[in-house]
Amino acid sequence: MSKGYRVFTLNSSLYVVLGTGALLTITPFLWTVATSFKTPQAVFSIPPSFIPNPIYWKNYSDALVAAPIFRFLWNSFFLASVITLLNLATCSMAAYAFGRLNFRWRDPLFLAFLGTMMIPIHVTLIPNFILMKYLHFYNSYKALIIPASYSVFGTFVLRQYFMTLPRELEEAARVDGCTRIGSFVRIILPLSKPALATLGVLTFKGQWNEFLGPLIMLNDIKLFPIQVGLSFFQGQASTKWGMLMAGTTLAMLPVLLVFFIGQKYFVKSMALTGLGGR
Amino acid sequence: MSVAYQPGKSRSRFARWFYHREEPLSASLLLLPAVLNTLFFTVFPVLMAVWISLQSWDLLTPPQFVGLKNYTEILFHDAHFRQAVGNTVYFVLGQVPLNVAVSLFLAILLNQKLKGISWFRTAFYTPIVTSTVSVAIVWLWMLNGDFGLINWGLRFMGISRPPNWLVDPFWAKPALILMTVWKNAGYYMVMFLAGLQSIPESLYEAAEVDGARSWRKFWSITFPLISPTTFLVTILLIVDAFQIFDQVYIITKGGPSGSTETIVYYIYNHGFEWFKMGYASAMAWILFVIIFILTLLQFRLQRKWVHYE
Repeated sequence: MSKGYRVFTLNSSLYVVLGTGALLTITPFLWTVATSFKTPQAVFSIPPSFIPNPIYWKNYSDALVAAPIFRFLWNSFFLASVITLLNLATCSMAAYAFGRLNFRWRDPLFLAFLGTMMIPIHVTLIPNFILMKYLHFYNSYKALIIPASYSVFGTFVLRQYFMTLPRELEEAARVDGCTRIGSFVRIILPLSKPALATLGVLTFKGQWNEFLGPLIMLNDIKLFPIQVGLSFFQGQASTKWGMLMAGTTLAMLPVLLVFFIGQKYFVKSMALTGLGGR
Repeated sequence: MSVAYQPGKSRSRFARWFYHREEPLSASLLLLPAVLNTLFFTVFPVLMAVWISLQSWDLLTPPQFVGLKNYTEILFHDAHFRQAVGNTVYFVLGQVPLNVAVSLFLAILLNQKLKGISWFRTAFYTPIVTSTVSVAIVWLWMLNGDFGLINWGLRFMGISRPPNWLVDPFWAKPALILMTVWKNAGYYMVMFLAGLQSIPESLYEAAEVDGARSWRKFWSITFPLISPTTFLVTILLIVDAFQIFDQVYIITKGGPSGSTETIVYYIYNHGFEWFKMGYASAMAWILFVIIFILTLLQFRLQRKWVHYE
């Protein structure tokens, strides 16, 4: 066998393996969309078909009658945006203090913060639930937004980035009489847009997908974010598969659209979480 | 080396005072939200969780101190809890190695310089972006015994009586593992890709000169050099698999006959369905201790197989 021939067979078998894997990965999505357009009879046809005929839109209108899915999506968008913005503010402030200021007990304090990352959410779930009931925050967005308004992980990611910025940047500003907080706002933050964007994407995605927290804290259907709403809708649709898949498609569509448009950012931020833990 | 404050020049007393204290003052201001949030929503709840776990409390009547009774009850008298631990361990042992293997395999394939590779990459990322809840509903339909796509495929391949996944206590766990690996593979693949890209090309070239085959190159170069990433991925996966909840809640609700009831699902039921706060808190602490010990153990074991440069 010549070398060229070997490379050719290797590459084509690689394509076959990758192609099969990729196809298997996206099949559930294609299948969901296909089912969502099928009549109740066609859903159970054997062999199954990926191209619905006729196209049955009623599943979508039925789904929207059964549960206010667009309302759920808006709720999630609102919650995730507010929490993301708050996190960017609180985490960058803490990260600047830990990364670029000197004060007594700085390093032990930072270690203590890191230590809290070890506590899994289910330990604080019950006390937080009781705390929120006691504060009368239960069944309102305050119960979701306030505890989630800061994260140690975000502080860690931003601190790593802040520490790579050279000292001289700030010294020049200080000569001109700028305070430390001033130079944080006017110099460090504008230079940290890539890190802030990464943390923003991660926080937003995490909040969008959050399920257990809102499931526990909210009672009012109108307040449900999309994941809890979808679980509620699942109960409404039960085994009306066409309608169930239509609702699920509506729930996934915005995220998938954003992902395909902003792919590069997603991939970069995901790689960074991996590096962040190393 | 700062020029901002020059002692010789006439500056107000306040400016001098401020100069020496600016950094700690700014730091305390900047850290205020972080400290308050952590005290209120992490430190205080943790202390509270210890206290609650020693009570019998349904939130309607005042809590009653019961000492360690919740713990002894859970550890020695609760058969359901034992089943939940068994199920969770099954999930961990089934999912973690499979997930590591699939993600590493995909990363190695995607690390090749091929035309159109980014299209494949996008496909593998897709399940990560979507929420566990939504893909769990999708898989509920995929795994349907009579009309689901998976069983249709198995029948097509000649298996005349494929398992009724979600109804059969034996097959429900493998079904959830399959779904979870499908969902997670891309995420850990990204980490492995980052690790693979840090391995210098020259090592492979040298091995080729020595006539090493692909398999040999994998075991002698790739595997040892990527072991820090493998270690991290394994730890993250174990912690994650121990806390499996969303897919159980959506797909099986712990059934059939308790075969997919996991520890976190059991905690959820006790705390938020039956309002046994003390019992649920004690269980949460037991889970924490299990995860903590396992993570420590991993750090011990890593000396045997993880190579740092």
